Amino acid sequence: MFTEFVDGPFWYFSATVFVVGVLWRLLAIFRAGNLHDLAPSRAPGFPGAVRMTFRRFIVHREFLRPAGLHVIAGYMFHIGLFALLFFAAPHVEFYKERIFGFGWPTLPHWAFVLAADFAFAGLLLLWLHRLLHPVRRLISNVDDHIASILVFLVMLTGCMALFESFDPLRVIHYFLAELLLIYFPFSSLMHTFTFVLSRGFTGSTYAHHGVDA
Amino acid sequence: METRLEKAVSAMKGQIDARVVSYFSSCIHCGLCADACLFYTETGDPRYTPIYKLEPLRKVWRQEYSFWGKLALKLGLEKPLTEDDLANWEDLIYDGCSLCARCTLVCPVGNDIVYMIRREREGMVASGYAPEGLQGAVERSLRTGSPMGVSLKTLQASIRNVEKDSGLKVPLDAEGADYLALLSSMEVVNFPEYIEALARIFREAGVRWTLSSEAYEATNSGIQIGDSKVAAELVQRVVTAAEKLGVKYVISPECGHAYTAIRWEGPNLIGRELPFKVVHILELLDQLRREGKLQTEGSTDERLTFHDPCQLVRRGGVVQEPRDLLNMVATDFVEMADHGVMNWCCGGGGGVSANERAEPLRLKAFNRKKRQLEDLGVQTLVTACANCRMVLEEGLEENEMYIPVIGLTEMLAERLVEHERKPDTGSG
Repeated sequence: MFTEFVDGPFWYFSATVFVVGVLWRLLAIFRAGNLHDLAPSRAPGFPGAVRMTFRRFIVHREFLRPAGLHVIAGYMFHIGLFALLFFAAPHVEFYKERIFGFGWPTLPHWAFVLAADFAFAGLLLLWLHRLLHPVRRLISNVDDHIASILVFLVMLTGCMALFESFDPLRVIHYFLAELLLIYFPFSSLMHTFTFVLSRGFTGSTYAHHGVDA
Repeated sequence: METRLEKAVSAMKGQIDARVVSYFSSCIHCGLCADACLFYTETGDPRYTPIYKLEPLRKVWRQEYSFWGKLALKLGLEKPLTEDDLANWEDLIYDGCSLCARCTLVCPVGNDIVYMIRREREGMVASGYAPEGLQGAVERSLRTGSPMGVSLKTLQASIRNVEKDSGLKVPLDAEGADYLALLSSMEVVNFPEYIEALARIFREAGVRWTLSSEAYEATNSGIQIGDSKVAAELVQRVVTAAEKLGVKYVISPECGHAYTAIRWEGPNLIGRELPFKVVHILELLDQLRREGKLQTEGSTDERLTFHDPCQLVRRGGVVQEPRDLLNMVATDFVEMADHGVMNWCCGGGGGVSANERAEPLRLKAFNRKKRQLEDLGVQTLVTACANCRMVLEEGLEENEMYIPVIGLTEMLAERLVEHERKPDTGSG
């Protein structure tokens, strides 16, 4: 009964909430509107927006010392999660069967283990840092902790369900992933999509002002 | 009658645009911005973390525009913005932020934090939560045209002194000029040598210029306090004077935020394109250098460095010009470890220097600049902002560091190649 619910209606419901919610949040940004900048431009904004969107993947070297652990943990988590999400064999199989109708090459087992180690270690370090560092503790809110815990549980149950030896583990993983999809549009996890806009807006302004940043 | 809180919420709501929504939506509370802020690095107080300073604006965004925020508020899971918040954040927003924008350069999701602080100040000032020192500067600006209360008579006296000392004509309201030069009050009162430097360099380069008796002040207290109406009024005065004189260019002086005020915010504040081109004095001097109209002789062999005014580099893109100019007259110019767009603020920008209450914090924040200068062991510090210059001088004095601070324009004028003087006609 629970398995059918998770594989059926709850999947469709969570996927719908995710898609509609994300689009709604993105639409809310554009609906807020921006005034046309009347100051004469030094350089066109769009190339600056694209430039900053990619450049900001690299953290300025100056911050490797004061925030080195944080920065490295951030890279480990995001790269590991990206690899797992889009190249782990069970995920690609899922995308093929349930969403796109086609698949793509997957990670070999050793790479999967490495990516999982990276993602777990990165996430735990980031969360510990959030709990222990005075700055991050002060600026963190409930949402940050819920998001961290949900992502951790989804990753944990995903690894446990990897060998598909015990179907209830897979169902629990699906259920948590579906909860995450529902939570996603209402949380700071939205940065997955909105970072392109925030970097783009700033990059465009900086190009307009002729600042190479 | 609207309460102070309602005024703040209403003003902040009006400041929330697509950029602000995208920035708050993207923030993951990583706190990397803290390490970019000298008020945090020099005090170690987490409250000075740049994104934390935006908590009042974030609350307004959450409670007014976010579904989850509205729901959490109804369920009592989140607290709405209160007057206590405004009172508690006033010192963070005004005393502990110089609008230097260093935090913007490091945010991994690209949030322009200082853009939001500037907007948050609109809400603070609308509700009366702004420092007395800045409120006084605004009042004097509107009444006399100058945040320091420098009147036209004071300017005229300063001009007379410069003319007497140099034998040069300083044009005032000269018809037919191409350039209208703006000054900051500090230049009129504390650093009149800047005015003499302009007169000498422009005479030699054949630049037709003038000052205006109706708009001589470049400092815009409206920008500093975060009041767009005041800022627009002050910009409009310059526009009206420039139109009356029919100039093609307006020269922003050695002042960081004045350049931001007229060059970048000016057209947006008055709602139309400016009928003239705005150039920073360093941009104009560099142009004259490239055209061969600014020639110098001799150079100093003193070890010196250049302090980049934040608004010029990080918000204005004027980075290479001062270096090219400085290399004309200095043989031992060395850069600080963080320079150009990654420069550290003097600590007095964004109205902090006009806010007496912030002085102890500002002097503490100066420790960053102190260490930078100690690392280099320089004999002279050059800059291109009268406000930075005054803040640097105070900081050096406080720390018993006897390093002279000089303006780049004066430094160039001191070594200017001056051909045989013709009778000076000012703007002609």
